[in-house]
Amino acid sequence: MAVANSSQYIDAYAQTFADLSEQSVAWLKQQRADALEQFTSTGFPAARDEEWRYTQISALAKTLFLPAQHSASIAVDAEWLKNYQLADAWSIVLVDGFFSAELSVLDGLPAGVVVSSLAQALAEPASAALLTDKLNQAVNFDENGFVAFNSAYFADGVWVHIPAKQVLAKPIQIVHVATQSAVAINTRTVIVADEQSEAQLIETFVGLEGAYVSVAIAEVFVGQNADVTLYKVQVESEKALHFGGTYVKQARDARFRHDNFALGGLLARSDVHTDLDQASECELNGLYLGVKRQHIDNHTRINHLKPHGISRELYKGVLDDKARGVFQGRVVVAEDAQKTDSQMNNRNLLLSNDAEADTKPQLEIYADDVKCGHGVTVGQLDEKSIFYLQSRCVDEETARNMLTFAFANEMVDKVKIKSLHDVILGQVLLRFPQEGIDKEWL
Amino acid sequence: MLSIKNLHVSVGDKPILKGINLEIKPGEIHAIMGPNGSGKSTLSHILSGKSGYTVTEGSATYQGKDLLDMPPEIRAREGVFLAFQYPVEIPGVSNVYLLKAALNSIRKHHGQSEVDAMDFLTLVKGKVRLLEMDEKFLYRAVNEGFSGGEKKRNEILQMAILEPKLCILDETDSGLDIDALKIVSEGVNSLRSPDRSFVMVTHYQRLLDYIKPDFVHVLAHGQIVKSGGPELALELEEKGYSWLEDAEASA
Repeated sequence: MAVANSSQYIDAYAQTFADLSEQSVAWLKQQRADALEQFTSTGFPAARDEEWRYTQISALAKTLFLPAQHSASIAVDAEWLKNYQLADAWSIVLVDGFFSAELSVLDGLPAGVVVSSLAQALAEPASAALLTDKLNQAVNFDENGFVAFNSAYFADGVWVHIPAKQVLAKPIQIVHVATQSAVAINTRTVIVADEQSEAQLIETFVGLEGAYVSVAIAEVFVGQNADVTLYKVQVESEKALHFGGTYVKQARDARFRHDNFALGGLLARSDVHTDLDQASECELNGLYLGVKRQHIDNHTRINHLKPHGISRELYKGVLDDKARGVFQGRVVVAEDAQKTDSQMNNRNLLLSNDAEADTKPQLEIYADDVKCGHGVTVGQLDEKSIFYLQSRCVDEETARNMLTFAFANEMVDKVKIKSLHDVILGQVLLRFPQEGIDKEWL
Repeated sequence: MLSIKNLHVSVGDKPILKGINLEIKPGEIHAIMGPNGSGKSTLSHILSGKSGYTVTEGSATYQGKDLLDMPPEIRAREGVFLAFQYPVEIPGVSNVYLLKAALNSIRKHHGQSEVDAMDFLTLVKGKVRLLEMDEKFLYRAVNEGFSGGEKKRNEILQMAILEPKLCILDETDSGLDIDALKIVSEGVNSLRSPDRSFVMVTHYQRLLDYIKPDFVHVLAHGQIVKSGGPELALELEEKGYSWLEDAEASA
């Protein structure tokens, strides 16, 4: 018996499921079936679930978002896409969740490095074999209803494999473009960086005008002593819903950094979970900007499973108008994870009386010899700083804009890929009052 | 330059300044000394336009204009510069950005065009060398993570670049070691000119060893209780403030 908010989806997706199941190899067919069973019994997450109490997903029940269709003619202007697609990266483009060879730029990848459509990879016995112990291994579909939904119904996505000791000279960008309206775009990404490799990857989510829902689940495996930086730039359309999950498994001594820019969408949620093995390190950064009636949710979980792990987390939010931002950050230090060093911070800037920030840092510590801290602030612009700038000739409005921008720019400045930095900077400036902010001077 | 007449200032219902009279002519350096709570900082704040103060009586006229009527940024563009006792850290705004924004605001205010990017850098780098600062400071966020001495030096750097007419130094010597004090003082001295005036608010005489004032005023309980030449500062150093406060109380 399906729960209310998912039964209409299960009915409407029956044919899609049958088709996908038909195309899948045996193990994947089984996974899809199990995921569907899970989705049937739990449905989409409900507000009674503590992890979802701030996330209102009633829009999914009100509108039935049908599966996005693979369209032969591409409604994406390559010139327009250049605003997001980096010229100095290898890029793989998904249009409405389906791989577009035409828009992707993958020439010159080093031998052994694979960046491909996930559907194609699963159709090839050799690469499918590599995926058997990866897909649904960094996250399981019992994690939540969106993961179950995604696992049952994803049609395509991205498969990235970076072999051992490979140090990539350029970043790899995964560009998700949404062109259709009233559809659900379900993508799955699997990134495997083998031992001692180094890579920077970017996931960009961008949409045209439409109201669509994007469900994007990524699994990342960072091998022993490998170093992976993953940027997420979420600039979905104003009417879009975005449910993203990034689930990471770090091997011993692995380093993982995630920079999460949550700027678009009407309702956008991002979950980032990482499991740290012995002496592995992670850095989670985030910037969420909410204007108008945007609701932006960020949930992170850092699981220190083994000793000597280090985690650093800083999420900053700027909320204006009637926007709402949520930060739920959880750090779990297992009994075995002695000498863990963890610091979590969340800072929120409210620009309007109607804006809201909900922040909930949680530390769960089962080891007894650890260094863990967290700090949270929710505040307005500092009057002392405004006066300081005024005393330096800057008018009050510009001072406010400068300080708002500066607050956000701390996160933008961490981005060391120049072309990406400029894209993000442009997107941040688009969303905020910028009277008096001169980009050329930055 | 600046004429303060019978200035009364309150914070809430509490009177802080109770009738200040002060005349500052171009090129002069005035030191305002006084014990904690005498109203020194209030005076520098009210002149630079900080909010939270109410003027209940009196006036302050700067270059013939009503200073108290101007918003802080207009005062700054007109040439009033406050060097803060506690310079504020502004993460995310680089020093060079703020300097450029400030300089261009002044130029715009005076109907001039924006400064040329190359000229600006030449100007700024010259001043950086003068203050024995590292050029890297320019590209760091304003005062962020700066030591006490670096912050004060940064204030003087801003002053050197913006070339104000009236410089108010609020407890510039506080938190400075002797080397930093020397550098800051040399910076201030290099900016002395016949058409630039200084008001130095300070608790201690120490700063005045390096920056010689023309006049010294002692502030106590919101009033100037004694004015004199540089020798007054030495007398204060020796005797403390109590003899003046007592004199005022018995008067």
